[in-house]
Amino acid sequence: MNRRLVKRPFLLTIFVTSAIFLLCCFSGASAQDWVRTGTNLGVQRIRLAAADFKAASTDAQTDPLKGVFDRTLYNDLKNAGIFDMVSKSMAPTQTPGSPQEINLSAWAAAPSSAEMVAFGSLSVNGGQENVTGFLFDTKNAQSPQILGKQYTDTASEENTRHIAHRFADEIILRLGGGLNGICETKIYFVSNRGGSKEIWVMDYDGEGQHPVTRLGSISISPRVSPDNSRVAFSSLGKDGWSIRMYSLELGRLVGFESPAGTTLSPAWSSDGSRLAFSSSKTGDPEIYTSDASGGGVSRVTAFRGPDVSPVWNPKTNSQIAWVSGRSGLPQIYIMDSDGANVQRMTDGGYATSPSWSPNGQFLAFSWNRKYGPGAPGGQDIYIMDIASKRWIQLTHEAGSNDFPSWSPDGRHLVFQRQENGRTEIWSMLADGTEQQQLTRDGWNAMPNWSWK
Amino acid sequence: MQIYFRGLLQRRSLTLATGVTILSLAAGCHKKAAPPPPPPPISNAAPAPTATITASPSVVNAGGGVVLAWRTTDATDVSIDGIGTVPSAGTRTVNPTESTNYHLVAKGDGGTADATARVTVNAAAQPASNLSESDVTDSVFHQNVKDIFYDYDSYDIRSDAQSTISQDANFLNQHPGLKVVIGGYCDERGSTEYNLALGENRANAAKQALVSAGLSPDRLRTVSYGKEKQFCTEHDESCWQLNRRAQFSLDK
Repeated sequence: MNRRLVKRPFLLTIFVTSAIFLLCCFSGASAQDWVRTGTNLGVQRIRLAAADFKAASTDAQTDPLKGVFDRTLYNDLKNAGIFDMVSKSMAPTQTPGSPQEINLSAWAAAPSSAEMVAFGSLSVNGGQENVTGFLFDTKNAQSPQILGKQYTDTASEENTRHIAHRFADEIILRLGGGLNGICETKIYFVSNRGGSKEIWVMDYDGEGQHPVTRLGSISISPRVSPDNSRVAFSSLGKDGWSIRMYSLELGRLVGFESPAGTTLSPAWSSDGSRLAFSSSKTGDPEIYTSDASGGGVSRVTAFRGPDVSPVWNPKTNSQIAWVSGRSGLPQIYIMDSDGANVQRMTDGGYATSPSWSPNGQFLAFSWNRKYGPGAPGGQDIYIMDIASKRWIQLTHEAGSNDFPSWSPDGRHLVFQRQENGRTEIWSMLADGTEQQQLTRDGWNAMPNWSWK
Repeated sequence: MQIYFRGLLQRRSLTLATGVTILSLAAGCHKKAAPPPPPPPISNAAPAPTATITASPSVVNAGGGVVLAWRTTDATDVSIDGIGTVPSAGTRTVNPTESTNYHLVAKGDGGTADATARVTVNAAAQPASNLSESDVTDSVFHQNVKDIFYDYDSYDIRSDAQSTISQDANFLNQHPGLKVVIGGYCDERGSTEYNLALGENRANAAKQALVSAGLSPDRLRTVSYGKEKQFCTEHDESCWQLNRRAQFSLDK
């Protein structure tokens, strides 16, 4: 207002001050952007409607299976983290079963305001289930069809869920920047439901939970191979802890030459050719690597104190992140896979359980920043941008959280949460939102998300 | 284990009963006082102290080590009969020669609380050096080879553990045929995998200490249990201390 009266140097000060202020605002506003971009969650979500499918047969199985299908498809798309889903109550009342039956302008109009619509039909005939699914762009009246898919399988609830997962993954692949969806992935975990700690597996959404091992001892730290053919884990036997290998194809244990001493926390390289693990064969737990059958062992670390929980950079397989107690409380470190260029990542507290993001950019880990005697702080999940060491906290004031594991699309994390005397498995988007509980029965922990 | 918990429950209810008695006494006093002045706000009253004490194991042979672990709140003066004044919370190893009630009294501005842990002592053990190795049963072994305890997130052998190690080594050197498995344990806090590595370091530190005391490493085997097999399951420091240990057992 009094600009004319103000002397030049003062003007300059005002200019600089406001520039700094603007810069601060900008960096403040974009504080979360590096996470959303790096985790492929984007900023703008596509407004997507998943119409209830049309029952196209009179078989008694049709309606129950259609219910399973509609629910699974809607949840899959909602879980994807890249859509603004039209709630079912805002959908037009019509149930289009085919391209001829859909009134796109009705879906494009408020209140549904959908940019995209998934729809189709489901029928059951003679025990065979048929699903036809479409994805239409409501803004493209000329050629709205983006996707048309047909699925046939034996009619069952499990197969219906599987078909819904496949169709959802097709939609996510088309609309999610070319990244494969995760609806057909699995989560391996540890459960004591059968009396002893065994390796279990479930679908990514918590459905279909069942045991993999039945060893009657303590089996922990499951890590599935990148090709889904084997699960490596550590198990307590008569002579202590060793790494064991279970073939998912053969349904039994297969050979793995575990080194002597306490051998723990296996981790696959992303090409499936190497494992990293912790072994105390020298008397002190150190990080080693070996080939997939335990041969060609090579020692990577040589520090006094616990070294455990290695994980490879899946983008390059040339770096390893792990947990070391060399300076007291456990901290996250990274190094080259031959042990060179050791770099400490966390600056204090109690940091464990690293998981390296599929694009190589982030570490997710468990961190208790206030840890110490008499300071019962929260143990929470964090992610850190490796290049800048910037981090954000994803869980807040909800129990003790540990063992994060990335989904293959880099958009999700699965983790264990101990709260109110229970330990259960949860998943969330990689920005900490959409937390949901996947297990409810017994003690469930140490989840590991499959690679595909 | 069951006895241990039942004992703890009883002590808890005893504490509660004492607390209730103190409270009702205080209320009685109030009634006698002149009616007009309203009772002071509860927040002004000093809180009544609480006290718990555990002994582990609760049954030992004569001369066997027992870890007493206690905790109090709102107490200014804490003592254990036969031991004297002690910190408001802590642990101590005792070697009772006969069955003993360890009676803890916590006095504070808000009253007095007490708790008792009973240790039953079995008949006197034979002098260790007279035993032939075939006579060394698990219980004889445990009464002569005692566990050692560690500080939080540490696998350094403490000074109190050094003397235990000397005694353990003494017995084991007299019985060169015995083999020992050393279990490394951690408290319930922290992460599963890290605790297994730390437990391994604890077991190995104990092994190295015995080797330094003259034992052949061939007789010693280590297994880490991390926080997988908790000895004590309360969520407090006295219990965590009991869990942070290297446990020696006969390797058969």
